[in-house]
Amino acid sequence: MAPELLLLSVAGYTAGALAALAFRGMVGRALVAAGALGGSLATLALGAWCLATGATLVFAAPWLPLTGFALRADSLSAFFLIVVGLAAAAASLYGFGYSAHYDGRYSLRLLGAMFNVLLLSLTVQVLADNALTFLVTWEVMSLSAYFLVLTEHDQAGTVRAANWYLGVTHAGFAALIAAFLVLAAGDMTGSFAAMRSVGLTPGTRNLVFLLALVGFGTKAGVIPLHVWLPMAHPVAPSHVSAVLSGVVIKMGVYGLMRVTLDLLGGGPAWWGGIVLGLGAVSALLGVLYALMEHDLKRLLAYHSVENMGIILLGVGAGLMFQSYGLPALATLGFIAGLYHTLNHACFKGLLFLGAGSVQYATKTRNMEDLGGLIKRMPRTAACFLVGAAAISALPPLNGFASEWLVFQTLMGGALVPRPEVAIGMPIAVAMLALSSGLAVACFVKAFGITFLALPRSTDAARAREVPASMQVGMLLLVGMCVALGVTPFLVVPALSRALAGLGRIPVTPIGFSLHLPFSVAGVTGEMSPLLLAVGLALLGVLTAIVLRLLADRRLRVGDTWGCGRIGQTPRMEYTATAFAEPLRRVFAELYRPTEDLSIDFHPKSKYFVRSIAYRSEVQPWFERLLYTPVLSALRGAAARVRQVQAGSLHLYLAYLTIALLVLLVVARWSR
Amino acid sequence: MTADLMMAAAQGLLALFLAPGVVGLVRWLKARLQNRRGAPPWQPYRELRKLFQKEVVVSRHASWLFHLAPFVVFASTLAVAVIVPVLAVPLLVDRIGDLLVVVYLLLLGTFFLALAGLDPGSAFGGMGASREVTVAALAEPTLAVAIFALARSAGSTNLGEIAARTTADPLSAVSPGHLLAFAALFIVMLAETGRLPVDNPATHLELTMIHEAMVLEYSGRYLALIEWAAALKFLVFFILLGNLFVPWGLARALTLEAVMTAVGVFAVKVVVLAVAVAVLETRVAKLRLFRVPELLSASFVLALLAVTSSFLLR
Repeated sequence: MAPELLLLSVAGYTAGALAALAFRGMVGRALVAAGALGGSLATLALGAWCLATGATLVFAAPWLPLTGFALRADSLSAFFLIVVGLAAAAASLYGFGYSAHYDGRYSLRLLGAMFNVLLLSLTVQVLADNALTFLVTWEVMSLSAYFLVLTEHDQAGTVRAANWYLGVTHAGFAALIAAFLVLAAGDMTGSFAAMRSVGLTPGTRNLVFLLALVGFGTKAGVIPLHVWLPMAHPVAPSHVSAVLSGVVIKMGVYGLMRVTLDLLGGGPAWWGGIVLGLGAVSALLGVLYALMEHDLKRLLAYHSVENMGIILLGVGAGLMFQSYGLPALATLGFIAGLYHTLNHACFKGLLFLGAGSVQYATKTRNMEDLGGLIKRMPRTAACFLVGAAAISALPPLNGFASEWLVFQTLMGGALVPRPEVAIGMPIAVAMLALSSGLAVACFVKAFGITFLALPRSTDAARAREVPASMQVGMLLLVGMCVALGVTPFLVVPALSRALAGLGRIPVTPIGFSLHLPFSVAGVTGEMSPLLLAVGLALLGVLTAIVLRLLADRRLRVGDTWGCGRIGQTPRMEYTATAFAEPLRRVFAELYRPTEDLSIDFHPKSKYFVRSIAYRSEVQPWFERLLYTPVLSALRGAAARVRQVQAGSLHLYLAYLTIALLVLLVVARWSR
Repeated sequence: MTADLMMAAAQGLLALFLAPGVVGLVRWLKARLQNRRGAPPWQPYRELRKLFQKEVVVSRHASWLFHLAPFVVFASTLAVAVIVPVLAVPLLVDRIGDLLVVVYLLLLGTFFLALAGLDPGSAFGGMGASREVTVAALAEPTLAVAIFALARSAGSTNLGEIAARTTADPLSAVSPGHLLAFAALFIVMLAETGRLPVDNPATHLELTMIHEAMVLEYSGRYLALIEWAAALKFLVFFILLGNLFVPWGLARALTLEAVMTAVGVFAVKVVVLAVAVAVLETRVAKLRLFRVPELLSASFVLALLAVTSSFLLR
C-alpha cells in the first residue's frame, strides 16, 4: 500500500503544480488547493501507515535522469511525513481562500506551482536515501521557498529578505555538501546504508558533525545563524509562512537527527552539549527578540527561533545522555524533541494562519494599528487564542506536554556525575523556564493588543471575518493542538517506535499507561493532561452552576472606568510598545534600545505641548558584531574577483585555454 | 480508591474555604504589629459574601473573554489546590499533576487574567497586565530551578514523592539544598501572590500597583471569584512551602487519627508562615518596580546554589 500512497502524493502535488500553470482565477486556486490537499493527505497517510505497520518502503529509479535516485521510508521518515502532511493539509485548505486577494496583483501561477513543488520536495526530502538525492531535494526545497518568499515582490523589504535567505541558506548548503562528501568518501550515490557501516576516524566524525550542524543549523534558524528567518518568513504569503515555519525549518532537525544519530550513530558528549547550548541560547534570545516585535508575523517568526531552541534542547540532551550510556534518558530526550517538533508544526502553523487572517481582514501586520478584532472576527480570535495558549505551554494543550518532557529530560541530568553537567543542566532548565515565562508575556501581548480592546485604526474597525476555507484550515490545527495535548499516552509510544526503527538506540521498554509516567531511574514525574483537561472543565462548569444558583445574577453594561473622564478612545489603551516596556528595561543591556523623543512645545509656555514624537528601536547588536566582518570580507573578495571579469571575449577564451591546459597537465601528472 | 479520591476532594475544599481566612489572618496580624486594631481575620469572608450579592458592571468594550477569565482563573487555581498535598500523601491525584503542572496551571490563570486586564481597553488594566506578566516571567526560572533542587534529592517531581522522601530522610530537610530552595521559593511566593515588597495588596489607586490594577474593571461575583482565587493561590504557596520542605504531620494512611493530626499540624504551619509574612510585610517597604528583577535574580541565585550544592555535597 505504501508505494501507492507515495505515488498518490507525488501525483497530487504534480497535478496541483500543473493546474497552477494551466488555469487562472478561482478554478486555478481550487485546483492548486485540491492537488496540494490530496498530496498532503496522502503524505500523512503514508507516514501514519509506515509508522503503524513498521513497514519500510524502498524506491529506487536508476532510469531517472539523476542516476542514483533512491528513496527509503523508515520510521523516522514516517514521523516527519506526518509532520509535513498535517501542516501542509491545513495550509492548502487555507491557501484557497487566502490567495484570492492576490488575484490580479501577484502571480498566482508562480505561487500555486511553487507551493506544490515545495510540498513535493519536503515529502521527498525525508525519504531520500543517498547523499545525491538528499542534496538535490534540499536545493529544490530551498529554491522553491525562495520563490514563495518573493511572491509579494513589490513590498518593501521582500527582496532584501529573499536575498538574505538565499545567501545564508546556500552557505549552509555548502557546509552540507562538504559534510556529505566527507561522509560518503566522494561517492554521492552510495546509499545511506553504506555510510552507516563505514568506519571513520574520530576526527573525521567530528568534522562531519560540525559541518552538518552548520548546514542544518542555518535551515533550522539556530542563533546565530537565524538572521534570515525573521526577515523571510513574515513577508511570504501566510499559508506559505505556516509551512515555512511549521515544516521547512524542521528539516534542519530531521537532517541533524539523520546524520548524527542515524548515519554517525551518536558521538561524544560534547556534540550533545553543543546542540543543547545552541538550543538554550536560541530559545531565550528568540523569545526576547520576539517580545520587542510589533509586526505580528515577525513576532511569530522569532518564536520559531525560540521553539527550534526547545526542540534542540531535547535532541541535544538525547545525544548527550546517549554518550553517557543512559539510553532511557536519551530516548526521553529524543522523544521530547520530536514531540515538540510535531506540536510546533501545529501551533505555529495555526498562529501564522491566524496572523494571515488578520492581515487579510485589515491589510496590516502592525499590532499598533490593530485591536478589537475579537468582536469583528470571533472565530479567528478563538483559533488564535488556542494557538497562543498552546505555544505558551499552558496545560492542557500540546505545547505543555512536550515542554514538560523536555523539563523532565533536563532534570535527568542529575544522574550524570560530572561537574559541567551538574552546573549546566540547571542553567538550561532556568533558560527554558525563563523563555516559556516570557512566551506567556509575549502572547498576552500578541493576542491582547491585536484582538482585544478598541480598534486602533479604521482598517481594524472595518475588519470582517475571513472566508470559510480559511477558518476550516485553522480549525483543523486547533483540533490537533488539543488532541496532541491530551493524548500523550498515544503520541509518546508512537514516537518511541519512530526512534526504535532507527536501531541506533537500544530501546528501553518504558511502561506507558493513561498518563505520561516514566519509570526511568532519576526521572519519575507523572501527569495526565487528559484528566487535567477533564478536571479543569468540570471545575469551571461546576463553578458556573454554583454561581448561577447562589450568587446575584444581575449584569449592567457601563463604560470602562477612566478616572471620571467620559468617553473611551483607543488612544487611552496600552500599546504593544508600552506593554513590552518593563521587559525592555529589564533586558536593556541585551536590547540596547535607541530612543528618540522630540516634543514640540507651545511658543508661549512649555506647559502646553503641541505634539510629541517618540521613536524607539532595538538593534540586535551581536548580529552586527558577527555579520559585519563576514559581509565586508565577502564584498572585498567580490571586488577582487571582479578584476578577472573584464567582459572581453578574448580574455574569456584565454581563460578557457589556460584552464584546459592546466587540467590536462594535472590529469597527466596524477596518472 | 474511593477514600483516596474523597480525601483529595476534601483537601481541595478545605483549602478553598480556608484561603480567605488566611488572607484575613495575615491582615489582622499586620494590623496588630502596626499598633492598629484591624479587621477580624474573617473579614474576607464577609467581603466575598458582599461581592457575590452585588451586580456585575461590565465595560461595553469588553468581549466574551472578560466573562470567561474569572472561571478559568478560579478553576485552574482550585485544580492546583486539589493536586497539592494538604493533609495526606501519597494520593492518587499525585498522578494527575506534578510540581511542573502546578506551576503551569498557575501560569494559565495569569495568562487569562492578564488578557482580561487588556480587554476593556483601560490604561490601568494594560499596565497591570504588563507588569503582572513581567513579574511572572521573571519568577519562572527560580521556580523551575527550585523544583529541580527538590526533584534532585527526591528523584521525582511528584509532590507526594517529594514529601515522602523528605520524611524518610529527616536530615535532608536541613541540608543546604533544601534551605536555599526554601528561601528561593519564599521570595517567589511574595512576587507571585502580589505581596510586599513586590506589590502592595492594600492599595487600589496607586500607579505602583500590579495585580489590583489588572483586575480594576472587575466587580460583583466576577471580582469575588478572582479575589477568592488569589487567596487560594496564596494558600497554595503556603502548602508547598510547609508540606514539601517540612512534610511532618502529613497523614500517611487515611485513618481518622492521622488525618486529625494532619489538620492540627497543618494549622500550625499556616499560622507560622502567616506570621512570617506579616512580620516581613511590616518590616520592608515596597520596592520600585524596576528593582523587582534584582530581588528575583537574587532568588534565582539561591535556587541555583540549592541545586549545585546538592551535587557538591553528595
